[in-house]
Amino acid sequence: MNLNILIKRILFLVAVLGIWQLVFTAGILEEIIFPSPTSVWEALYNGFTTGDFLGALGASFRHLFIGLAMAIGFGTVIGVILGKSKQADETAGMYLIAMQSIPSIVWVPLAIMLFGFSEFAVIFVVVLGGTFVMALNVRTAIQSVPPQFIRAARTMGTRGISSFFRVEIPSSVPYFMTGLRLAWAFSWRALMAGELLSNGPGLGYSLAYAQDYARMDQVVAIIVIIGVIGAVVDQFVFSKLEKNVRNRWGLS
Amino acid sequence: MFLQLNDVGKTFEDKEKGKFEVFSNIDLSIDRKEFVSLLGPSGCGKSTLLSMVAGLEHATSGTIQLEDKQIKQAGPDRGMVFQQPSLFPWLNVRDNVTFPLKSTMSKQEAEKRADHFLKMVHLSRFKKHYTYELSGGMQQRVAIARALAMDPKVLLMDEPFGALDEQTRHILHDELIKIWEETQKTILFVTHSIQEAIKLSDRIIVMGTRPGRIIADYNVDIPRPRIRSDERVIEMEDKVMNLLKEEINKVLKEELNDELEYSY
Repeated sequence: MNLNILIKRILFLVAVLGIWQLVFTAGILEEIIFPSPTSVWEALYNGFTTGDFLGALGASFRHLFIGLAMAIGFGTVIGVILGKSKQADETAGMYLIAMQSIPSIVWVPLAIMLFGFSEFAVIFVVVLGGTFVMALNVRTAIQSVPPQFIRAARTMGTRGISSFFRVEIPSSVPYFMTGLRLAWAFSWRALMAGELLSNGPGLGYSLAYAQDYARMDQVVAIIVIIGVIGAVVDQFVFSKLEKNVRNRWGLS
Repeated sequence: MFLQLNDVGKTFEDKEKGKFEVFSNIDLSIDRKEFVSLLGPSGCGKSTLLSMVAGLEHATSGTIQLEDKQIKQAGPDRGMVFQQPSLFPWLNVRDNVTFPLKSTMSKQEAEKRADHFLKMVHLSRFKKHYTYELSGGMQQRVAIARALAMDPKVLLMDEPFGALDEQTRHILHDELIKIWEETQKTILFVTHSIQEAIKLSDRIIVMGTRPGRIIADYNVDIPRPRIRSDERVIEMEDKVMNLLKEEINKVLKEELNDELEYSY
């Protein structure tokens, strides 16, 4: 990254922290609803040194990976079916968009009624959060295979199932990567919604717990963790992967 | 005959616009090792005809035979080079060329073959490169190498140099003639450029439009290499141009709703 940009970003962060501290020192708001930057830092520090946050993070990532893996699997299968069969797409394609537009938190009561206050309920919400966006992108991926590639493959004696594996799947990879990135982002949001209303363990549960004990410093600390993980994974894993693939495939 | 088209016709059916006949009653015989150009204005169906020989489209009527065997679907005995190179971006240059060979020979054999044909198109240095790193002309060379690597009986080329700049096109013309002389392949070449057809081919099939049909079949008896300023080339160009003028006018007239009389 450009050093200049890095400096600008750090300066911005310092400025935000400075204003935060100033407002705190002015004493306009009570400490219980407006903690100082240092107390949030302490909450973060203590949370990690006592192992509370690490335990919660571990549980959250377990839910996320199981849920996301299932979402990718289901989403890919649904997407391929809709992408390959015009019949299936005309019949069910529209409902996929309807399902995708339902906010994840809406699934939480349903999950709790089905599975109780269990980790499985959380995973269920994560799966629903990621599946539809994955399916939509895989469908687009299959439908966007340039017909020219399929024609060229036919003149080389490659058709049918062989063409599907040797041409259509590799050609779909860029859209598939976009699907992965979005499935991760939606699953991450769904995970937090699910965990907030769960009986733990997990980062979302810790957040609800901190709220119950009126620990604003911990609440802010956990929100910071959630934001940082979301941004870091998107920027350094999925966006990077997607960009590399798009480059190679000559799409950007 | 090596490649034989008998009474071939193509009609597209559209639910809204009804039937549209591209051409009908096309008869054509092509000899082994012949370099034949299909020349005509847009809409005459020359590309459709080539796709039918490739097996990518079916004839509505008539038959197409290669060495007395009816063509029913696409296959590696007919290599095709499209106007767009249609290389696979997830494979490097060499893997693109070995793509059609994977099912019929070992990896080493396939790579040896690929290297041979990449050398023929002067791209040995680029075999590890990916397509986005190559210019349009280089990509089209890879496409030619890929088609040749299958050792097809006939090479089908659909305006392969149409999207390239003038200079690159001339270089590739000379290379194609060399490759043709070296490999002794039969080539069926679709183009709308009179100069390109005269420069390259043994025989020019001129097609007219609305409806598509063959209006002339010329032998080009000019020794190669052919230079544009050669009198015989100029003479031939005039002859074909006069023949096509009427056809091009017909298309323009239709497109402009008879508002203008065009004359060249």
